[in-house]
Amino acid sequence: MSSILSNVLPAPEDPVLSVIFACRDDPCPVKLNLSVGAYQTEEGKPLVLEVVRKAEQQLANDLYCDKGYLPIDGLADFNKFSAKLILGDDSHAVKENRVVSIQCLSGTGSLRVGAEFLAKHHQQRVIFVPNPTWGNHPFIFTLAGLSVEYFRYYDPHTRGLDFEGMLEDLGAAPSGALVVLQACAHNPTGIDPTLEQWEQIRQIVRSKGLLPFFDNAYQGFASGNLDSDAQSVRMFVADGGECLIAQSFAKNMGLYGERIGALTIVCTSEDVARKVKSQLLLVVRPMYLSPPIHGASIVTTILKNSDMYKDWTIELKGMADRIISMRQQLYEAIQARGTPGDWSHIIKQIGMFSFTGLNEKQVRMMAKEYHIYMTYDGRISMAGLSSKTVPQVADAIHAAVTRIP
Amino acid sequence: MAAMAMTIRNSASRRTMTSGPISGLRSMSSWWKNVEPAPKDPILGVTEAFLADPSPEKVNVGVGAYRDDNGKPVVLECVREAERRIAGTSFMEYLPMGGSVKMVDETLKLAYGNNSEFIKDKRIAAVQSLSGTGACRLFADFQKRFRPGSEIYIPVPTWSNHHNIWRDAQVPQKTYHYYHPETKGLDFSGLMDDVKNAPEGSFFLLHACAHNPTGVDPTEEQWREISQLFKAKNHFAFFDMAYQGFASGDPKRDAKSIRIFLEDGHHIGISQSYAKNMGLYGQRVGCLSVLCEDEKQAVTVKSQLQQLARPMYSNPPLHGAQIVSTILGDPQLKGLWLKEVKTMADRIIGMRTTLRESLEKLGSPLSWEHVTKQIGMFCYSGLTPEQVDRLTSEYHIYMTRNGRISMAGVTTGNVGYLANAIHEVTKSS
Repeated sequence: MSSILSNVLPAPEDPVLSVIFACRDDPCPVKLNLSVGAYQTEEGKPLVLEVVRKAEQQLANDLYCDKGYLPIDGLADFNKFSAKLILGDDSHAVKENRVVSIQCLSGTGSLRVGAEFLAKHHQQRVIFVPNPTWGNHPFIFTLAGLSVEYFRYYDPHTRGLDFEGMLEDLGAAPSGALVVLQACAHNPTGIDPTLEQWEQIRQIVRSKGLLPFFDNAYQGFASGNLDSDAQSVRMFVADGGECLIAQSFAKNMGLYGERIGALTIVCTSEDVARKVKSQLLLVVRPMYLSPPIHGASIVTTILKNSDMYKDWTIELKGMADRIISMRQQLYEAIQARGTPGDWSHIIKQIGMFSFTGLNEKQVRMMAKEYHIYMTYDGRISMAGLSSKTVPQVADAIHAAVTRIP
Repeated sequence: MAAMAMTIRNSASRRTMTSGPISGLRSMSSWWKNVEPAPKDPILGVTEAFLADPSPEKVNVGVGAYRDDNGKPVVLECVREAERRIAGTSFMEYLPMGGSVKMVDETLKLAYGNNSEFIKDKRIAAVQSLSGTGACRLFADFQKRFRPGSEIYIPVPTWSNHHNIWRDAQVPQKTYHYYHPETKGLDFSGLMDDVKNAPEGSFFLLHACAHNPTGVDPTEEQWREISQLFKAKNHFAFFDMAYQGFASGDPKRDAKSIRIFLEDGHHIGISQSYAKNMGLYGQRVGCLSVLCEDEKQAVTVKSQLQQLARPMYSNPPLHGAQIVSTILGDPQLKGLWLKEVKTMADRIIGMRTTLRESLEKLGSPLSWEHVTKQIGMFCYSGLTPEQVDRLTSEYHIYMTRNGRISMAGVTTGNVGYLANAIHEVTKSS
């Protein structure tokens, strides 16, 4: 009996978690955790949006709300509004009924369900992800039965996009290969293609017969505008081709723990969409039967009500603006200290994260001597900064860069 | 910087942003034109047909969700109060990968006992799961990863999704005898034979109580015998406990099978769900636990369970866990919950009695003893598919074609009608 467990080895430590624990165990009162991708206020506190609180109260006061099982594909209204949010109110694909959207467990769940569907039904098993990408991407796809490969993305010399390398690698991919594209606010680098670059990416993806799988985790959070942040995805959908989209409301609605997101698959016809949807249900049922209701109810309440929707866009812009302001402040603080090197990437990069370019030795030194914690790839969460802590971080960066090569 | 980017975006994108696909690409063929439409879920199909039926007499005894005596879904008072306390008060940050520690701790007490030595000794690897389904799937994935050559023995019949879960986890399946159609009870000797004949160290799926779909549970004595034979064969017992409290009305009693196995020294796995006993169907909250040799092994196993959860959903949903913690962590609310669970169980037991008595009063030639012997939400009526079809087409009564009646859908308002219809389609048997 115990023999089935005796060969189980402890799992390798999660890189982000180990940093979190190290910070947690640091007794220094001015320690700063810049490793987690969760928004914090100027006061360093997590944030629940006002409009979310309002939606919550509404739900709690609704005595007749049926809390039974959701259908396997989740809350119907949620699916409808989520699709519109990413594809646009006037989306032809939606009007032509060739879009399948199902509620899933945030971005992770959407990616996993999509990947399982692809592993079962798609000709090609290989999926290309950007180098680097979110740490969980390779695990999700591998466990679903896909084979993960990388395309060039980050250029450490420019701390920007290796566009030539990206196009070359996509151009060399076999027909039908899957390609993960982060719709905006690339995690971990914060580097997004420009619209012109997106157009070139689209052309090569379509001409090579590659299938894009968008990871849309930060819509509205990157520029502050929901439609602007959706441009890359809409560009692809507008050309009539197929794609998958994993959508998350964790960050842009602050619903991290409620695990609310959607998988959207844009098909070429209504008939295909119907068949695809029926097959998606077969993936979901043996995984968790049906998705959790609470987050979906909150999102739907907000998206359905034009006043609440407006309030949401204002709060969302507020979060995005604060992050943009932190970038500006950090950049200026580094400049003021005369820190060697070009630090403009801090204001060029977009979204929650910045790939500082700091190396592991420098990162470790900053933790040890300045009690500032980030992941060892030099990624910091801008959302964890505040006007008060910017000087401390700038000091630490300055020390790290000047003392450690 | 951002403003400049916006301008570039707006001007360059004019052509691609307007309506309609770019010409030439309209004829793109689909990657999935050869995808087959999936067969419809049998249970959902029943509800769909019921909803579409305009008859005022229609009765839905298909789906396994509790209804009150007015046929309405129920939100428990303890849940309402918990929701009131939670609304507007807490942050919505990520739970840890293993879920809410508080919720898991309270949940383990229910299964293993309030004063369980295993809890004290920290020997249980446990994670919050997406209800019972999610717990079973995590365990199946764990079994695949760490015992790749193993199979799972599944009772006949069982909840249909059990087969899907282990299939998608790529664990081969075998079956074992369980339901005895002649007696409409347990095929105990068939079960024991299959347990004996399975290779040593086999994995078995057991329903802890209120077997779905038959409602047939082993007696306490039978459980003891099963446990002894499992010991002799060194088998692994995985318990799916989806109805604790809901079967007899007493959660402790409903966990008896598990407690017997624990007393006998088995290192078991358990899937627990709050869907039915707390009415939290849509919240998807449950727990997977595995009893280990010692604390060190429990930490190890938990880390591996988390590794399987992370690429599936990263971390489990918060709200349902908050409801459970709030209720079980407050003695008053917990007391209210226990009362409400008993009320639900009692109503079902009452309906079983009424249905059986009604059929006997109608002079049915058949025995309906099994209606009151079986336990939990479901009654395996013994109706044939053809008889079920007649119930639907002639009487607008909806159930799955295996003759499974969801007793939770039976009310004082419809039990007479139901009994009469069943009598009509079976009286010539």
